Amino acid sequence: MSLLDKLDAVAAARKALLPEGLEVFGTPIEEVYSATEARIGDRRILFLGTNNYLGLTFAPECLRAAHEAIDREGTGTTGSRMANGSYSSHRALEREFAEFYHCQSGIVFTTGYQANLAMISGLAGAGDVVLIDGDSHASVYDGCRLSGAEIIRFRHNDVSDMEKRLKRLGERSKSTLIVAEGIYSMLGDQAPLAEIVRVKNAYNSILLLDEAHSLGVLGKTGQGLAEETGLTDGVDFITGTFSKSLGSIGGYCVSNHPQLDQLRYISRPYIFTASPSPSTIASTRAALKLLRDGTELRRQLWQNSRQLYARLDGLGYQLGPQPGPVIANILDSPQQALLLWKGLLDHGIYVNLILPPAAPEGKALVRCSVSAAHTSEQIDHVGDVFAELRKSIFQ
Amino acid sequence: MSTDYNNILSRLCFHLKQLSSPDVVIVPETDLINELAIDSVKLLNLVMEIEDEFDISVSLNALADIQTVHELANLIYKIKSQNK
Ligand SMILES: Cc1ncc(COP(=O)(O)O)c(C=O)c1O
Repeated sequence: MSLLDKLDAVAAARKALLPEGLEVFGTPIEEVYSATEARIGDRRILFLGTNNYLGLTFAPECLRAAHEAIDREGTGTTGSRMANGSYSSHRALEREFAEFYHCQSGIVFTTGYQANLAMISGLAGAGDVVLIDGDSHASVYDGCRLSGAEIIRFRHNDVSDMEKRLKRLGERSKSTLIVAEGIYSMLGDQAPLAEIVRVKNAYNSILLLDEAHSLGVLGKTGQGLAEETGLTDGVDFITGTFSKSLGSIGGYCVSNHPQLDQLRYISRPYIFTASPSPSTIASTRAALKLLRDGTELRRQLWQNSRQLYARLDGLGYQLGPQPGPVIANILDSPQQALLLWKGLLDHGIYVNLILPPAAPEGKALVRCSVSAAHTSEQIDHVGDVFAELRKSIFQ
Repeated sequence: MSTDYNNILSRLCFHLKQLSSPDVVIVPETDLINELAIDSVKLLNLVMEIEDEFDISVSLNALADIQTVHELANLIYKIKSQNK
């Protein structure tokens, strides 16, 4: 089969699964009105599938900071920090991240995806082992591939399975990088961090925790699961992204290991890409302050999350195991998931559709994500629509 | 190689039978993805069962090259012998 024929075959498989004329993936959004509302086609819709957990995308402080940075430093850096120079605002954000986590140092990356690529491939190499949760994000899998290390998966959130694999490695557990996530992006459940830290210490391994979905969501000051569980010192490297609760784009890593800085010289996803635009860095700095002081935003976020989780659970939807801002409806077939997704959109609610193989265990998901910017009335309305669809789709 | 390998092969066929339709005949040359229509998620779950049964870890790197039932059985055999 030629290269182009292969793409045609993939396109045919997708068309067979999805009805004609329905833009399920890459749905065009014509106008954005606020953190929670936009227009798709000629319909005003409620966003229930962003990762805008704190609703900061239109925070006046962030908008102002971004405008000022564009005027002061221009629209882009036009190059890598290692080759083309390192702006003071990028360095300041790194210090602010390190202070926020009470860590020795921090590095900023161009995306969250690249943060994982850079850290995993910078830490592990040929002959080493990466031991990852089976439900890890694609950036973790891709970072592992880039590293050239041996990749071993453990069953999702199953620490005894993880330990069994460390034991089998014998002495090699000392050159093993374990990777877990604070909140898993698809099912919304949290890693059993205390157990993971205990086992990684027992086997002298290194632990990297991706707080992509837990930054701003968990912990007193919003650091994530490590803060929530009081285990920041037990985690060797924390990565995360600006693209969710911080409402911009970019990634970071913080650590108390002095070796972190060395990654700037060896990690390809850090070196061979342009650094974030000044406006992105500026809005992120403003958002990080709001996030740290965002106790009220977190309270609202959790109230909304619990409200929606309880309602959907009560209606009989099969949900991920733990309430939180990521609420996954688990459906038995892609067809059912598609009906639910389309039904919601017809009622002006836009969520994420996740089909196999992207969905864990080969299921199909309709993934909702809740924001502190949603009102209780909006969440009630969403619940009413789910109730109506339950009757029409499942009975 | 024979007894251990044959034991691995028969256990593997047993697991594969559970995942495929009843009328499919599984032989060492059977192609996992194309003939048994086992997708990557199912294959990874199957491998986890086998890992438990034989007390081994199979890396994703090694799995990437596997196409047939024989190749998978052979991989498990090799990992198992290295651990002895
Ligand atoms: C767990 C996890 N890690 C990393 C990323 C990558 O972040 P970004 O989209 O900022 O590149 C995502 C989100 O896409 C994610 O869900």
